[in-house]
Amino acid sequence: MNHTLPNSYRQGPDPRGRFGPFGGRFVAETLMPLILEVEAAYEASKKDTAFQAEWRRLLTHYVGRPSPLWFAERLTAHLRKDAAPGMGAKVYFKRDELNHTGAHKINAVLGQILLAKKMGKTRIIAETGAGQHGVATATACALMDLPCVVYMGATDVERQQPNVFRMKLLGAEVVPVTSGAATLKDAMNEGLRDWVANVHDTYYCIGTVAGPHPYPAMVRDFQSVIGTEAKAQMQDAEGRLPDVLVAAVGGGSNAMGLFYPFLDDASVAMVGVEAAGRGLDSGEHAAALSRGRPGVLHGNRTYLLQDGDGQITEAHSISAGLDYPGVGPEHSWLHELGRVQYRAVTDDEALAAFQLCSKLEGIIPALEPAHALAEVLKMAPAMPAETIILMNLCGRGDKDIFTVAKHLGENI
Amino acid sequence: MSRIATKFAALKAQGRGALIPFLEAFDPDRDTAMAILRGMPGAGADLIEIGVPFTDPMADGPTVQKAGQRGLKAGASMAGALGMVREFRQDDAETPVILMGYFNPILSYGVARFCAEAAEAGVDGLIVVDVPPEEADEIAPDAIANGLDLIRLVAPTTGEDRLPKVLSATTGFVYYVAITGITGTRSASTDDLAAAIPRIRKYTDLPIAIGFGVRTPQQAGEASRIADGAVVASALIDGMVATLDPQGRATPATVPAVLDRVRELAESVRQG
Ligand SMILES: Cc1ncc(COP(=O)(O)O)c(C=O)c1O
Repeated sequence: MNHTLPNSYRQGPDPRGRFGPFGGRFVAETLMPLILEVEAAYEASKKDTAFQAEWRRLLTHYVGRPSPLWFAERLTAHLRKDAAPGMGAKVYFKRDELNHTGAHKINAVLGQILLAKKMGKTRIIAETGAGQHGVATATACALMDLPCVVYMGATDVERQQPNVFRMKLLGAEVVPVTSGAATLKDAMNEGLRDWVANVHDTYYCIGTVAGPHPYPAMVRDFQSVIGTEAKAQMQDAEGRLPDVLVAAVGGGSNAMGLFYPFLDDASVAMVGVEAAGRGLDSGEHAAALSRGRPGVLHGNRTYLLQDGDGQITEAHSISAGLDYPGVGPEHSWLHELGRVQYRAVTDDEALAAFQLCSKLEGIIPALEPAHALAEVLKMAPAMPAETIILMNLCGRGDKDIFTVAKHLGENI
Repeated sequence: MSRIATKFAALKAQGRGALIPFLEAFDPDRDTAMAILRGMPGAGADLIEIGVPFTDPMADGPTVQKAGQRGLKAGASMAGALGMVREFRQDDAETPVILMGYFNPILSYGVARFCAEAAEAGVDGLIVVDVPPEEADEIAPDAIANGLDLIRLVAPTTGEDRLPKVLSATTGFVYYVAITGITGTRSASTDDLAAAIPRIRKYTDLPIAIGFGVRTPQQAGEASRIADGAVVASALIDGMVATLDPQGRATPATVPAVLDRVRELAESVRQG
């Protein structure tokens, strides 16, 4: 089934790391040899059964995979209340928020840190926005006894304090980045700068399906465990494929992880949800696909928020994990092909979904998947009741309670 | 022969290497940057590198990052940078000018349009930091069609296996990035450079310039003798920043400070 069908959506990237016109390896020469080394090591690891077995062992016994598939019954009943008779899709959650460290990020981190060890690297660096990728990387480094430096925008250090402290407890050094808007984009710049200066011993553990080839493909492949599990679980639960997949898109790793195994299943529709921040027309959002245009940043060609001169503009989202002016190149390709639809949800809509999910399902979601849920709440009532929506609940909201409390005017 | 080739040939005949000072376009404002650019040949610049500001310069340290931010704040754009070159060419037809920057502003301007207008403005060569040989076809055809040299970076990490590939596509000169790192941070030792340059010469007859970490007149002199030229950026920018007022504006001391430094560097390079 996943053989190379002539018009498979699962063939990318090509040997240059391109998904159609997107992706590639736009890095300085200093990094180029290392990027090629990572690619070679990654290709070898795919065929290395001991490597694969060790990654699987960690996913099972350390992360707690497979994550459950949950029929969100009360939420489904809630959105059927106002739907026309016979309408209101059935909503399932893929519960990656139950992973150790509280988000999907750990899936790809463990794969990458095992790769780093295999490559003989002795120092790990990472960038982080919400702090989830930083926490996951710090966790894996604690487990595998590697020093870890995490670059985090100073703005994000401020709004994700619990995760900053977690990283410190785990033994990582957190470096606040003050350049630019001091968010995820700037943290990634600093990560790349550190890497250029320390190529001999350092591995850069990228947190999403962005960066130069092979990162978008590699992170996607590791995260595809989400979609592969969900496909089998849905078969058990419903005896069929879901009709619609929904996932939040920051860089796009949880979304690619869910979507990828389903890309050639023509009956499955897919919706990626970007952050509309204060509104798509407010100029303060993080919706690279909805409102950006193609350009080159952080090693790949993709949709970007930029001005008329090709200068990158600042993103805004209440969710630090979505606050990025770019998006993984494979999403840009799927967007242009029309295989995945990309929509956007505002801060306020995400906040409302965050609260609703907590009250109805007893699950406090992270603000990132709260964006996906807000879109589910919009689309589900207009769909027939037999329709099955599968949403990636890719992170839990512990890290966000301070931000949310502040927006709700509560002091905690 | 291109301006770059002519210049290096002339310097070779004189038995010395090139001084290649750098300035960021529109830093701290257009007029000041223009005055610095105009004054550089008279102060001893053999070639000039102009940085085109970009919001996310991933190969640059804090000094060049901030220079770019000041430039952007002062209204820098690709058209603005080309405008500076055009103005410079009104009274200097000889000094080669190289634009250095990142790919996205070029892509946004339109690669073909950029190459045509750059050549027309009097630009001689391009250094596009984030376009390695693997992505060369993005810009090489238009650069070649317009007679622009595409100057490639070679780094200490560029192994012998890669050197032929990197060098075969280079024209004008080779830019040796002396350190594994970003601009304005560390300096390479003379020994490292003395070992690195012959390794590159095995694969190319093009002139080689050394950049990243060349700060002092002594370092510039040494680099220009070990290789064929020395690029100085962060040290000049740091010197300029020291003359700015508390609001970051140029003062009467700004232009002379930069040009005095260029003079000192040139003197050392000319002692070759
Ligand atoms: C829970 C969660 N979801 C989503 C994201 C966004 O990243 P991606 O789009 O790569 O899944 C983050 C990033 O920090 C996150 O923590």
